[in-house]
Amino acid sequence: MPALSEFELVKERSRQLRGSIAEGLADPVTGAIGEADTKLLKFHGSYQQDDRDLREERRKQKLEPLYSFMLRARLPGGVVTPAQWLVFDRLARDYASSGLRITTRQTFQWHGILKNDLKPTIAAINHAMASTIAACGDVLRNVVSTPLPMQSAAHAEAYAWAAKLSEELAPRTTAYHELWLDGEKLVGEPEPEPLYGRSYLPRKFKIGLAIPPLNDIDVFAQDLGLIAIAGDGRLAGFNLAIGGGMGATHGDPTTYPRLAEVVGFVTPDRLRAAAEQIIAIQRDWGDRGERRHARLKYTLDRRGTDAFKAELERRLGFALEPARPYRFEHNGDRYGWLQGGDGRWHLTLHIESGRLLDRGERRLLSGMRELARVHTGDFRLTCNQNVIVANVEAGDRARIDAIVAGHGLDGYRRQSAIRRHAIACVALPTCGLAMAESERYLPTILDRLEAQLARHGLLEAPILLRLSGCPNGCSRPYLGEIALVGRAPGRYDLRLGADFAGQRLNRPYRENVDEPAILDALEPLFARYAAERSPGEGFGDFLVRSDVLGPARQIPAEGIA
Amino acid sequence: MNALVAPEPLPATLDPEKTALLARLADGLAPEQLYWVAAWSAARAGQVQRGVAPLESPAADVAAARLTILYGSQTGNAKRLAEALAGRSESGGLPVRLVRADAYSHRELARETQLLIVISTQGDGEPPDDARGLVEFLLGKRAPRLPGLHYAVLGLGDSSYPQFCEVGRQLDARLAALGATRLAPLGEADVDIDQVAVPWAARALEQARERLGRAEPPVVRAATVHALPARGAYSREKPFAATVLANQRIVSRESERAVHHLELSLEGSGLRYAPGDAVGIRPTQPPALVEQWLQALHLDGTQEVTHDGRTLPLAQWLGRERELTRLSRAFVAAHAAASGDADLMRVLRKEHAASFAQLLASHQPIDLLRRYRAAWPAEALVAALRPLTPRLYSIASSPRAVGEDEVHLTVARVAYEAFGMPHWGAASAFLAATGEDASLPVFIEPNERFRLPAEDRRDIIMIGPGTGVAPFRAFVQDRRESGARGRNWLFFGNRHFTRDFLYQVEWQEALKSRALHRLDLAFSRDGAHKTYVQHRLRERGRELYAWLEGGAHLYVCGDASHMAKDVHAALLDIAVAHGGHSADTAREWLADLLTQGRYAHDVY
Ligand code: SRM
Ligand SMILES: Cc1cc2nc3c(=O)[nH]c(=O)nc-3n(C[C@H](O)[C@H](O)[C@H](O)COP(=O)(O)OP(=O)(O)OC[C@H]3O[C@@H](n4cnc5c(N)ncnc54)[C@H](O)[C@@H]3O)c2cc1C
Ligand SMILES: Cc1cc2nc3c(=O)[nH]c(=O)nc-3n(C[C@H](O)[C@H](O)[C@H](O)COP(=O)(O)O)c2cc1C
Ligand code: SF4
Repeated sequence: MPALSEFELVKERSRQLRGSIAEGLADPVTGAIGEADTKLLKFHGSYQQDDRDLREERRKQKLEPLYSFMLRARLPGGVVTPAQWLVFDRLARDYASSGLRITTRQTFQWHGILKNDLKPTIAAINHAMASTIAACGDVLRNVVSTPLPMQSAAHAEAYAWAAKLSEELAPRTTAYHELWLDGEKLVGEPEPEPLYGRSYLPRKFKIGLAIPPLNDIDVFAQDLGLIAIAGDGRLAGFNLAIGGGMGATHGDPTTYPRLAEVVGFVTPDRLRAAAEQIIAIQRDWGDRGERRHARLKYTLDRRGTDAFKAELERRLGFALEPARPYRFEHNGDRYGWLQGGDGRWHLTLHIESGRLLDRGERRLLSGMRELARVHTGDFRLTCNQNVIVANVEAGDRARIDAIVAGHGLDGYRRQSAIRRHAIACVALPTCGLAMAESERYLPTILDRLEAQLARHGLLEAPILLRLSGCPNGCSRPYLGEIALVGRAPGRYDLRLGADFAGQRLNRPYRENVDEPAILDALEPLFARYAAERSPGEGFGDFLVRSDVLGPARQIPAEGIA
Repeated sequence: MNALVAPEPLPATLDPEKTALLARLADGLAPEQLYWVAAWSAARAGQVQRGVAPLESPAADVAAARLTILYGSQTGNAKRLAEALAGRSESGGLPVRLVRADAYSHRELARETQLLIVISTQGDGEPPDDARGLVEFLLGKRAPRLPGLHYAVLGLGDSSYPQFCEVGRQLDARLAALGATRLAPLGEADVDIDQVAVPWAARALEQARERLGRAEPPVVRAATVHALPARGAYSREKPFAATVLANQRIVSRESERAVHHLELSLEGSGLRYAPGDAVGIRPTQPPALVEQWLQALHLDGTQEVTHDGRTLPLAQWLGRERELTRLSRAFVAAHAAASGDADLMRVLRKEHAASFAQLLASHQPIDLLRRYRAAWPAEALVAALRPLTPRLYSIASSPRAVGEDEVHLTVARVAYEAFGMPHWGAASAFLAATGEDASLPVFIEPNERFRLPAEDRRDIIMIGPGTGVAPFRAFVQDRRESGARGRNWLFFGNRHFTRDFLYQVEWQEALKSRALHRLDLAFSRDGAHKTYVQHRLRERGRELYAWLEGGAHLYVCGDASHMAKDVHAALLDIAVAHGGHSADTAREWLADLLTQGRYAHDVY
């Protein structure tokens, strides 16, 4: 085992995530906090950032970068009550710089919060019976789960499990209360962390729960994917898929996106133990010397999935049952009104790259606020950055439609298929790791592509486009039929050939190209797709079948049975 | 400058004891005082030779035989005039002594026979810092009757302030009330100082000469070596064309008020400066403003206008030679007459002083021209307007840090909407707009009263909100370069932390490198309720008082109208709260710091 990485030492010395955050918050001379503390702050749900658009300008002005903080809520299953929504909305208007941002893990982010506003904001979120703890950091993240409550009973159970795991496997440190909720100061030894210990996990750990046939959470991109298996309308248990992850680094072949492997089945009563032990093994086996290789996916490829499974069963004291059959249809959202098993209605709205903000006609933030004022059910955020107005009584639909139309929230009715399904990560100006534009570039590239597709009569072909500003893959681009992965301002890797169900990774088609080159590369492919596709065949599937992409690159465990 | 020939060392003329005494006596005397000692010994020598009996009091004798010139000056004008007066009276054969007001011992006043006072008005009708003591004494109960005194007062002021030449007026009236006789009527000099100063000086010196004339031709002359400071090749009258090395906005794009950091080259000028000094700039009016004037008055800018024997196109008179942005009583009066407007006439009357002050504060001349129409012939206009005066900017750099040939300024751009029109500040708008490589007419305005402590182990406390922080950038740079041992404590304030934290990155570095030891901040518009530096001062009262008791020097720079007053009040409260002072002793304590030169102002 190589020497511990710097980050590991910071965690170990942090007295359970305290570090000197309090001192940093109190320092009036800078809008930032201490370098090491920025790492610890993530565990509290916040990232220190700065407005990268203004860096150079402010340097000349002899001003420090415009530091601010991104805050991420922990919302298991993406469920938000109207009351909570109104609080989150107010915080967005009082303290944040760019409205509310629905993330690809079905929660909210606020950007641009100034240091002095961080505490009141976090306090208010907790007041609304939500939290930000462990929304980031080397811990179990927000547990995502298929939000659309179609088969109501099974869904309710499944969601309950997502919430339970999220709750019970969260860190125990009281540092959070101490710093943000005026909990009393720790004296002496910090409280123990039964699961995480003093230095937590080697890396972030993500759990996602999918209810077939919907894979709208991309279950194979999770460290631990749970595939809900229903038996006669009730929840029978879960297939366990382990070792998924998107993140890679340009030019480093030892890093790569990887799909999770299904290793077995557990009944609900054994889920908690199984999940906890999988995390525990990753805690003990994960690479703490090199963060680039610290995710579970690399642990599995280093130690072997069989060895891992054996260790798991040893620790559990029982064997996993064989995986049960399942079938996913696709990993997008289903827009518009749908009726659930219990007769109540659910309206899925498309929110372009999840950004709820008032811009001219499209007053998305205000519109959602109006909905929250009248809605009697709840809201569900989706991993495709959209929002579902869930559990609506039939009689309330008209009123809700009116508000939706009145605020330009009804884009899903008009938009082309590619626009409806596209997702883009945040990237510039806030993301410190961005190499190219993503969210801000999405509208432009969509206009170009729509023009192209229109020429080939493909406007209604559901094509899955995903944009990321860097290879970390926050929009899960490696699962896009078309993906642009940022390399430098204006330059992207063009990747093609994933399915539309989150079960096949795409492959590089052009590297480090600019917009004209991207459009040129796609033009003939659209032409062929329009001419040669078989009925109902997706763009990605077509490209693979027609062998445009050449032989599949051997990415470990690519694709699954 | 007439060089001083150092006396030949005369072996064994003085025994060591006397030498030591002499040294002790001379120690700490201001140049003027030393020259006076020299003059007195010379006079003494003459008397001894002629076998005249030694006098019981040298002061009495010499005082009777000479003219004393006192000055109180903030930005150097009164000082310059007083020095010129001293120069002239000397060459005119008058025994003279030039003393800065705070170097003058009040007890001597009773013995003076011929006294000239040149004093400016500051703040809102207040004396310059160096004259606070004297004015307080003169206006106070302890002032002696002065039947034997002949005097004349020259007040310096700016008629764009409501309290025009207030201090000069008070002294002139008070001396008369104390029984003294005027050599000449009070001179009230506006910013075009010479207009009034020159005739006043001629008259006053003439009178003084008559009275002193009968006194035996003073031996003093032989030894009178007066204190005219070195004049470089460039000066206020003859500014140097400094190249702009950099002009950078240093507040964020959201900031309501632009502040610019300027770096100028003094290379080849021979100009030298020290932290605390200011740079004087002769602005050019914003062309758009000159245009507004020409349009408002239907005048042609190319038309040639002759005034004071100089002929220039009108546009140039307005753009380079005249005040267009500062309203003066004289101009209001002239325009009232020209327009024959009843309201304007009325506001000029004494009983409407308040509304007149209001008018001055809220209007620029152009606003009057627009509101009260009047036909102005070009010549009359140029004659009625005051000459454009240079503006001063506290120097924000130390030669130790940036080199002798470079000087930095921190300029807040005055630009605002009023009466539906854009308004500009002549100099600040001019400076903010100058491109790099442009050249600006500048000179150095020394400020001896705003200097770092001579002993480098002294702590300093710097209070400089807004652009008031400028000289403290120079101070901190200088103390860092000189390796001063004292601690540096800065109080800074402005509107918004993210927008207006002037030199933020430099202060952060200074704190890291221990060039700055403490930094307290007050951003007035960030929180729910407004916080200003004086609030921080009170919060830190205990330590602040301790620093001062430990010999720290305190400096205040920036806004004169409110900040300096509020800070003063805060300091008094602190002395009461943490120094066990009563309201009265607190005032004495602060006055004492002032006279010790440990409480210095550079306010505007
Ligand atoms: C907001 C969000 C993208 C979005 O547009 O919605 C996001 C935004 C960021 N991600 Fe992510 N990630 C987001 C989902 C993802 C996903 C998708 C998923 O989990 O389903 C992935 C790929 C799956 C995976 O984890 O492999 C993802 C893989 C990363 C990585 C690469 C991790 C790796 O193992 O290589 C990083 C960089 C890192 O962790 O070092 C990263 C880091 C970041 C940071 C925090 C940049 C940073 O570390 O400084 C980004 C903040 C940008 C900003 O200004 O908001 N984010 N990030 C998503 C928030 C999810 C949430 O609510 O928790
Ligand atoms: C010793 C000393 C040091 C100084 N140091 C500095 C320094 O370091 N930095 C600095 O920026 N300045 C400094 N100043 C002030 C500077 O000299 C000028 O006075 C200032 O820049 C304004 O001059 P101006 O020519 O731009 O405006 P002016 O043309 O003199 O004034 C414009 C007119 O507009 C009026 N006015 C100004 N602002 C407003 C407003 N907001 N609303 C209504 N009316 C308004 C004024 O009353 C004035 O009549 C210093 C002054 C002194 C005496
Ligand atoms: C901050 C400030 C306040 C002033 N206040 C007045 C005033 O109230 N009345 C006045 O007549 N002149 C006032 N003046 C103008 C000065 O008296 C004038 O500039 C004078 O020439 C300065 O002389 P000095 O350099 O010797 O101090 C003020 C000048 C400044 C910088
Ligand atoms: S993918 Fe890269 S650029 Fe986009 S949000 Fe994630 S880290 Fe930032």
